[in-house]
Amino acid sequence: MSSTTDPRGFSKAFLTANAWLVYLFFYAPIILLVVYSFSGDKLVGRWGGFTLDWYRAFAKDDNVQGALWVSVQVAIVSTLVSVVLGTLAALALERFKFRGQKVFDALLYLPIIIPDVTMAVMLLMFFSQFFNVIDSVLGLTLSKDISTVIISHIAFNISFVSIVVRARLEGMDQRLEEAASDLYASRWKAFRFVTFPQIIPGIAGGALLALTLSLDDVVIAQFVSGPGSTTLPVYVFGLIRKGVSPLINAVSVVMLVASVLLVMLSLLAQRNSEDKDQKVNDENEDDDQEVSSGSSSLSEMSIN
Amino acid sequence: MVDTESVNGSPVTPELEKAAERADSRRGFLLALPALGFLTLFFATPLVIVAIYSFATRNRFGGTDLSGWNLDSYRRLGEPIVRDILYRSLFLAFITTVICLIFAYPFSYYLATRKESVRNIMLVFVMIPFWTNFLVRNYAWRVLLGNGGPLSQATEAVGLGETSILFTPTAVVLGLVYGYLPFMVLPLYASIERIDWRLVEASRDLYASGWTSFRKIILPLSMPGVIAGSILVFIPSLGAYVTPELLGGAKTTLLGSYIVTQFLTARNWPAGAALSMVLMIVMLITTIIYFRKDGKTL
Amino acid sequence: MKSFKIRVGIGLVAFGLVAASCGSSSDGASSGDGGSPEVAAGAECTPGQTDGDLSLYNWTEYIDPELIVAFEAEAGIKVIESFFDSNEAMQPIIMAGNSGHDVIVPSDYMVSILIDAAEAGETSVMKLNKDAIPNMANLDPAFAKGLPYDPNGDYSVAYQWGTTGLGLDLSVVGEDVPHTWGLIFDQELAAEYGIAGSATLLNDPRETLGAALKYLGYSLNSTDEAELAEATALVKEATSWLTAFDSDQYDELLVSGDTTLAHGFSGNFIVQFGEAENPDNYTYFVPDEGGTRWVDNMMVVADAPHPCSAHTFLNFILDAENGAALTNWNFYASPNKAALEFIDPEVLEDPIVYPTDTSKLEFIGDTGTYETNFSDAFIEAKG
Repeated sequence: MSSTTDPRGFSKAFLTANAWLVYLFFYAPIILLVVYSFSGDKLVGRWGGFTLDWYRAFAKDDNVQGALWVSVQVAIVSTLVSVVLGTLAALALERFKFRGQKVFDALLYLPIIIPDVTMAVMLLMFFSQFFNVIDSVLGLTLSKDISTVIISHIAFNISFVSIVVRARLEGMDQRLEEAASDLYASRWKAFRFVTFPQIIPGIAGGALLALTLSLDDVVIAQFVSGPGSTTLPVYVFGLIRKGVSPLINAVSVVMLVASVLLVMLSLLAQRNSEDKDQKVNDENEDDDQEVSSGSSSLSEMSIN
Repeated sequence: MVDTESVNGSPVTPELEKAAERADSRRGFLLALPALGFLTLFFATPLVIVAIYSFATRNRFGGTDLSGWNLDSYRRLGEPIVRDILYRSLFLAFITTVICLIFAYPFSYYLATRKESVRNIMLVFVMIPFWTNFLVRNYAWRVLLGNGGPLSQATEAVGLGETSILFTPTAVVLGLVYGYLPFMVLPLYASIERIDWRLVEASRDLYASGWTSFRKIILPLSMPGVIAGSILVFIPSLGAYVTPELLGGAKTTLLGSYIVTQFLTARNWPAGAALSMVLMIVMLITTIIYFRKDGKTL
Repeated sequence: MKSFKIRVGIGLVAFGLVAASCGSSSDGASSGDGGSPEVAAGAECTPGQTDGDLSLYNWTEYIDPELIVAFEAEAGIKVIESFFDSNEAMQPIIMAGNSGHDVIVPSDYMVSILIDAAEAGETSVMKLNKDAIPNMANLDPAFAKGLPYDPNGDYSVAYQWGTTGLGLDLSVVGEDVPHTWGLIFDQELAAEYGIAGSATLLNDPRETLGAALKYLGYSLNSTDEAELAEATALVKEATSWLTAFDSDQYDELLVSGDTTLAHGFSGNFIVQFGEAENPDNYTYFVPDEGGTRWVDNMMVVADAPHPCSAHTFLNFILDAENGAALTNWNFYASPNKAALEFIDPEVLEDPIVYPTDTSKLEFIGDTGTYETNFSDAFIEAKG
């Protein structure tokens, strides 16, 4: 960026101050949460001296650990599957014309718009009837377990992933793909070497969004989980009735640290893959601006 | 959208064109098929159940009798209490959206104008708070805003006296802004980051003031981000219920809580289903209109 | 038109599901999905028999983890715990069928709803095989027979019980505060004792409107619309000087000094008072006009995969020492007469746990289709 477009003077000070204010706003509750995970008092908000007791309690609590493990499994599997399905859907909608496209388009928006609780009860009814049908047709007795939670999370995550990836595809310069086809590259090759490297940031953004949504869902998981597949948010929701002890803060801090590590790793991985993309693009002797600006990985977490 | 004509650039015979179109249509459909199949079975079919339930009647067990079809659940929506709840929810969602926009726009602008390596890290730091448990974040706000809590102590220290905004509509808006601000920041950032700064440079070279080039170039170019962000904040704010209950003390009923109450307190599924159906249809139409019109401008 | 085909496809699948659901609810007795009370799958069970790992669907933190460990050792099976946070969220999960749960712990009014549904042929709960639960003899006679929600104890076994009342910060209101719902519903009283602007009511239509009905001298199960309207007006008025409606953190808000008065459940207050800096500053009582008494009960799900393990678990909880262990752990009263001698004397003598006068207490009963009037009235009261 040229220096003539840089904000100066008052506007620069205003922008900087606003940015710090927003960060303070984002982190105020997080700081509080971390601090009180070390507090000796059971009441969050009343400091009771430094202790690691809540972390020890977490290490010993089978219910919390079990719920956390269920949540992690659900989040990872549902994210992986919805990333694949969501990306394919985005490609179909942005790069092809097919019959039924408009219906599909509308269907993809619905899981974003539907109220949580409505989706929860409808899936509850559906699974029970579905299992009855399976039972009478195939003689197979199924029951709700972790897989029904995963299926339900995929059902809303596909939409979020596809919207993020579509935003990326929309903004992309199609001349590249066209050039590839003109050079008689197969559609697959054009995708593999031109399109795919460019939408990686969009896919990564969609994956992070899906992961966050899966880890935050309470209502749907409550209704579609079976015996032994209580997720962490559902467990925490119940615990609140018994009083929010800093144990929950400790669990949150552990999750926070784990997810920060995960992000660091994925950022590193992205940096590596972008280096490779750069090479591919160099080989294609293309100087398109969009490609290089595509390296701002998280920018594509937008859902525009 | 790629169609065969623009790919080949040259006119082709109608038959060939048709065949290519068909092949293209088939390929597109096949790509969409996994997601389409999944959503048809695990989303559309359950949704049809909800639609059917909205015309049914609650039985004395709180279950739903699938007989005696009627429109009672839809008629309820015309009652003044539902109208009040709707207006109140629309108002709060609107306020939330405006506040998000006011803070997110300069913030996203600031982010988008940093060096590329710094930008990515700054953006990650926007997302990190949201990987903690959603309920725990809300409870943390309860402590922050509570009597004698950190906010109150801070205002007292600077001589403004105690503040007690917990369990007021102000706290609800604050909680909603906190929860959905990232949804505003991300699309805004994406649209500002894509702006071709050579345009801004050119305008400055022509002696436009900073304000003029912002108003005439940056703002119009970032408009899709503003609209997308606004929709992404507005829709979930309208349906939110945990934040209004926890930070607002459940003293006023909002649309999200009203739907949850119908399903989980009154156990009146037809009423909850009818309300959800109406809400979804209205929002779907709004969203489709928006995406049709503005999707291309990005 | 492919889009048309898709739509028809969706319609057909949905039609199939709806047809299936109509079928199962109209002739549940013969469909063999365990929905009928006649087909008591637990009828064959003998005391101590197990038929696989037990799935327990319970309130969060409602059982001492050590009791679970003890049961696993004694029965030689594992217990898989799942958790719910409201009767209303649990009910549809059970009644949808195929829940996979064996034992549930619903409250009184939900017990009567589940029994009604079972007798109407819906998938709900099963009749207990009392032969497989010899420890039923340990129950206090008052809990074994004559409970309004399950008069013969055919379907349910009481787990624990408690009351709903008011918790107060005595350091603000003083020791000689009158025991009346007027503290929250009468503006003058509320102002006099410093309660106005510093009180919470439960965010629950039946409990809160029930309290108002009691204050007005009516039954909390009143289905008289005029009485409900009066109660609604009262709650509406109180909303203006209320801090919040809260069903989760009222006890913490009280002890942290955010509120002076809290409407809530007995056991939660005891636990929270015990953690306060000065426990003597707080008290809990059910106002003289009367209030809610509730009982949580163990029931066996109609399509329970392991009915015998379920019966064995019920029998285990009804053991005298185990019943006492529950009460010593979470401070709710035990319906188990044989358990009394094992309960800590301190707990046994605590009037909060075991109120001396239970004559003014009332159960919340299911009012069938009138329930929606309560929830509509509550929303109207809150505005």
